[in-house]
Amino acid sequence: MAMEMRLPVARKPLSESVGRDTKKHLVVPGDTITTDTGFMRGHGTYMGEEKLIASVAGSVERVNKLICVKALKTRYNGEVGDIVVGRITERRRSAEDELAMRGFLQEVDLISAEVQAVFSDGAVSLHTRSLKYGKLGQGVLVQVSPSLVKRQKTHFHDLPCGASVILGNNGFIWIYPTPEHKEEDAGGFTANLEPVSLADREVISRLRNCIVLLVTQRVMLYDTSILYCYEASLPHQIKDLLKPEIMEEVVMETRQRLLEQEG
Amino acid sequence: AGGRCSGSWRAMSPAYVPFLPQIRGSRARALPDRALVNCQYSSATFSTGERKRRPHGDRKSCEMGLQLRQTFEAAILTQLHPRSQIDIYVQVLQADGGTYAACVNAATLAVLDAGVPMRDFVCACSAGFVDSTALADLSHVEEAAGGPQLALALLPASGQIALLEMDARLHEDHLESVLEAAARAARDVHTLLDRVVRQHVREASVLLGD
Repeated sequence: MAMEMRLPVARKPLSESVGRDTKKHLVVPGDTITTDTGFMRGHGTYMGEEKLIASVAGSVERVNKLICVKALKTRYNGEVGDIVVGRITERRRSAEDELAMRGFLQEVDLISAEVQAVFSDGAVSLHTRSLKYGKLGQGVLVQVSPSLVKRQKTHFHDLPCGASVILGNNGFIWIYPTPEHKEEDAGGFTANLEPVSLADREVISRLRNCIVLLVTQRVMLYDTSILYCYEASLPHQIKDLLKPEIMEEVVMETRQRLLEQEG
Repeated sequence: AGGRCSGSWRAMSPAYVPFLPQIRGSRARALPDRALVNCQYSSATFSTGERKRRPHGDRKSCEMGLQLRQTFEAAILTQLHPRSQIDIYVQVLQADGGTYAACVNAATLAVLDAGVPMRDFVCACSAGFVDSTALADLSHVEEAAGGPQLALALLPASGQIALLEMDARLHEDHLESVLEAAARAARDVHTLLDRVVRQHVREASVLLGD
């Protein structure tokens, strides 16, 4: 039986034809951003002997008098109103908690929730007070960097290709089969464990590979980009999508369509 | 957020910075005003000439972990993440002298990749004194020869020393030249790392568009 094996090779340097001319000010830690003391310092900078110095590697962003450096990869910083997808690892054990919540949500459950409040040390408090949040049933979870998830009005998308996706702001993306009918009364705390059809499973697998593809090429994730990538990937087999040459081809086409749509 | 890198130096070491601020295990160890830096060093069993029995947990690994921790506590801006923990795991794949230096350089790249705020790069190099000559970046053979050797970790932009360690006897007249040799080599490493990181940032920002 023949098997395909690939050995790791050095990455090719990015071809200059991709992307527009970027006039951004790129810095690495230790670089002096400015010696003008009139600016306020934001994230990614610190003050050292009369100069503003970068503390992360990324691009400098200036909003009026505020200078900050946006790093390539950042830990997720919660903001009120964000949607997050996560797995319950630990919970408070109090008497009332035992009575009320354990019936619905246990450890190890995957849930979607909304950020209610942010504490000063960065911790967030979540709520599932709407029927659209709650326990997640069958589907595929993809973990990506939070900086690649585009901020949009809604993060719950029913894609026309036959599956639905939740783009969590924390970088956790949940792909699941579109429910046949919205079960308003169940409220999202009972998981749907009926078998998923093969066609649905193929759509979900393809979507998952598309998302991984987009992430490796650092394309922002939102419903349109995922959809275009899905359509561009149709000529290829699902398992071929993760091969580097096919990845480049599909991403090139996706970028093309996205540019056309914007321009 | 996690970062990784492979140090392509004499001793290769990939470093992981997984789970930026997160408390695990004992909450009691959390510091109220800054982040805890936790470094673990391990060397692969195939890294040295003779196969190593214990990849980690032995004295050398613990000591190395401690030294790395001191180095990075000096460089990472820990005040920005109170009551959290930053883990740095370093593993040496091939040890041919200068393991501490290679670990520091690799870990710097990993910390940078993870987006943890740092004062500056941390670049390190070892140096020694053989036959009245100051030598930089000692190989395993040169280290085993038994002359005095020191390890220097530098913050290049400001010239500040993050860690300077030596456990041998060296006449103070020679200290200047040995230190100078190590500093120069560390700056050369910085040039290399700087170039690689800038290239990477440029590529990533072009790919991201906008």
